[in-house]
Amino acid sequence: MYGKGLRPLSIATVAMLAISLSLVFFYAPLDGDQGFVQKIFYVHVPLAVVALFGFMAGGVFAILHLRSNDSKWDAYSYVSIHIAVIFGVAVLITGAIWAKASWGHWWVWDEPTLVSFLIVFLLYATYYPFRYAIEDRDRQARYASVFAVTAGAFVPLNFMAVRMAESLVHPRTFATAEGGMPGEMMLTFLCMLAAVALLFTTLVKFELTAKSASGQVKRLRRALDAPVSGGSSRIAPEVS
Amino acid sequence: MEILLAAPALPLDEAGKYVAGAYVVFLVLLVVYVAIMAAKVQRIERELREVAELAERREENQAAPGREAEEAAPHA
Repeated sequence: MYGKGLRPLSIATVAMLAISLSLVFFYAPLDGDQGFVQKIFYVHVPLAVVALFGFMAGGVFAILHLRSNDSKWDAYSYVSIHIAVIFGVAVLITGAIWAKASWGHWWVWDEPTLVSFLIVFLLYATYYPFRYAIEDRDRQARYASVFAVTAGAFVPLNFMAVRMAESLVHPRTFATAEGGMPGEMMLTFLCMLAAVALLFTTLVKFELTAKSASGQVKRLRRALDAPVSGGSSRIAPEVS
Repeated sequence: MEILLAAPALPLDEAGKYVAGAYVVFLVLLVVYVAIMAAKVQRIERELREVAELAERREENQAAPGREAEEAAPHA
């Protein structure tokens, strides 16, 4: 069910990533202030934006799960958060590399943007122990959904608070007062954002497909392990 | 903090390793994830093979008493 359309989506993701990376290195002009180091921006910022949207998507799916009690939405919520956490690791590492190259430090503790992202990341890092500490499947899904909704609501609030705080060193991607980015840079950034968003969607679909297949095999094994009653098989209805 | 703001752009040879580092991190994470997923898919495939064998054995066991009865019928 989840694997439908995975192949064209994967091909589109690879094509978009190839086009975007070509734009980053052969089309986008060098930044007058930071020079070549600014190229990190094209991987770091899209990853951060998509990771934050992934966390919020996890919250939206969790709301759908709480409303319908359909385990499908819980799976969507879990996988969205899972992939967003992986993207979050990439954001923190690429950010640290960019900080070292630009500011001479791997991390700056008095910079609200960095610290707020770390707080969001650490908050979601607690999702796994919280979820798997509960043995009962229904309770686990319900409590994880409540966590995802609460944490998902925290993400935009946190983002707005950071935007309102005066930044000392961290650049603003869509600055309005300073005029923003030149056209070529903006186009490259938007292409990279689309590529990373496609990558996120592909990985979510891939993970869901693998989880679904694993679940189906477990159900099949349980059905086969059960004692046979009469001539009818219990396998077919469960798999279909 | 003013010192950080005033830091000049790095020369290309020095900046290159940082840019390469950032993109390699992105690529490595992606490859590690795909490798983990490949291992998962292999495990699912192995489990599916085991389940298929189990189903076949079960089918054989179910068919065996029937065959025995068919074979016994003409003699009766």
